[in-house]
Amino acid sequence: MTLIELANPSRFLALASRVLPWLVAATVIVLAIGLYQSATAPDDYQQGATVKIMFIHVPNAWLSMFVWAVMSVSALGTLVWRHPLADVAQKAAAPIGAAFTFLALVTGSLWGRPMWGTYWEWDARLTSVLILFLMYLGLMALWRAVDDPSRAARAAAVLTLVGAINIPIIKFSVDWWNTLHQGESVFRMGGPTLDRAFLIPLMVMAVGFTLLFVTLHIAAMRNEILRRRIRSLQMLQAGKPRTAA
Amino acid sequence: MTALAALIRRDVRVALRVGGGALIGVLFFLTVVVLMPFAVGPDLALLKKLGPAILWLGALLASLLTLDRLFMADLEDGSLDLILMSRTPLELACVAKALAHWLVAGLPLIVATPALGLLLNLDGAATGAVALTLLAGTPALTFTGMIGAALAVTLRRGGLLLAVLVLPLSIPVLIFGVAASQAAATGPLSFGTPFSILCALSLASLVIGPFAAAASLRQGLD
Repeated sequence: MTLIELANPSRFLALASRVLPWLVAATVIVLAIGLYQSATAPDDYQQGATVKIMFIHVPNAWLSMFVWAVMSVSALGTLVWRHPLADVAQKAAAPIGAAFTFLALVTGSLWGRPMWGTYWEWDARLTSVLILFLMYLGLMALWRAVDDPSRAARAAAVLTLVGAINIPIIKFSVDWWNTLHQGESVFRMGGPTLDRAFLIPLMVMAVGFTLLFVTLHIAAMRNEILRRRIRSLQMLQAGKPRTAA
Repeated sequence: MTALAALIRRDVRVALRVGGGALIGVLFFLTVVVLMPFAVGPDLALLKKLGPAILWLGALLASLLTLDRLFMADLEDGSLDLILMSRTPLELACVAKALAHWLVAGLPLIVATPALGLLLNLDGAATGAVALTLLAGTPALTFTGMIGAALAVTLRRGGLLLAVLVLPLSIPVLIFGVAASQAAATGPLSFGTPFSILCALSLASLVIGPFAAAASLRQGLD
């Protein structure tokens, strides 16, 4: 099965309906194992039970960047290869990525309250994730601002690629700005390296969240294709000359 | 080459002759700076400390607001189609348009900076540093803003959407511009490091901006 064969939306829909139940099952199982392991993981000697926020927070933060990478590949698919499903993939990924970024911010903030004594710190990582969240929202606003999906797709693709170049630059400058303003980073984990007792549940949770993203993404792509079909059917219906009632 | 020179000449002439053009940006800049003491209080020591940041924010907003019309006017009178069809590469035409825009919208801001520095109680060195960093940094604002302007014209939308899309991209320029000005005015840090990075950002946006804007125009206006 190559990418070209998937260009046919009907074939994609058929494949999606075959694959989705398995993906849902895999996601549920891996997330259940991960949550059980996270719940039974030992408390940190410094942070106590709050360290368990990490098992939710870190996978969300990792996916917030991974989703932008997926969107960038889709943007290349739109602009370079003109793959018909690339813009569907890109549009479907944006709200999911925004949700993961938002969850990363919220869990980070909840973790920061007991650890740093404040919900919000202008820490380099928090700040750059917040900017990433703003860029996701801007991209979603761009999608909604235009009626014609193919026109919106190409504009969003250009913006996604510009963002992909700019996000590392923004990250670097925010790091620089942060070290300028405060002496040392407040972000300190329990130790220099993560213990195996934490590492294994974290890895399982990361795999589980990635599966969750793939599942949601394919389902959202399917919904988007169906939504476009309904729209074109409605247009056809509206365009038909009225028959006598 | 002559085509590009003609494009720059035309854009500058249009901007200068139609409705105050260049001066409106400076007027906006002045108004933003004048508003600041009302917001933070007429405390000269505080204003001196915030001065470089206020000047940079004012310049950022002024250049953003004037960018809205960069391609829109050309689309309305049909000259954008001529530029798209001409034998000159669209990327170079974008560079020429950005350059013309910077000449009429960016350069006057830098010229006005010393006068505004006086209002904010900045001394000579600090004002000079802000003017120098604006000179190095405003091209980056124009070239990244141009991407937003190209997107706006293909979508036939502008205003707030353009600002929301472009402002996050201008964060690095703001950080290094203000850092270099603060370093020259007060800080123990050297002026050279953030200033060189600021120049690097301008050069990088000179490469990325025209290509992204041209791609957006080509894809969007067919």
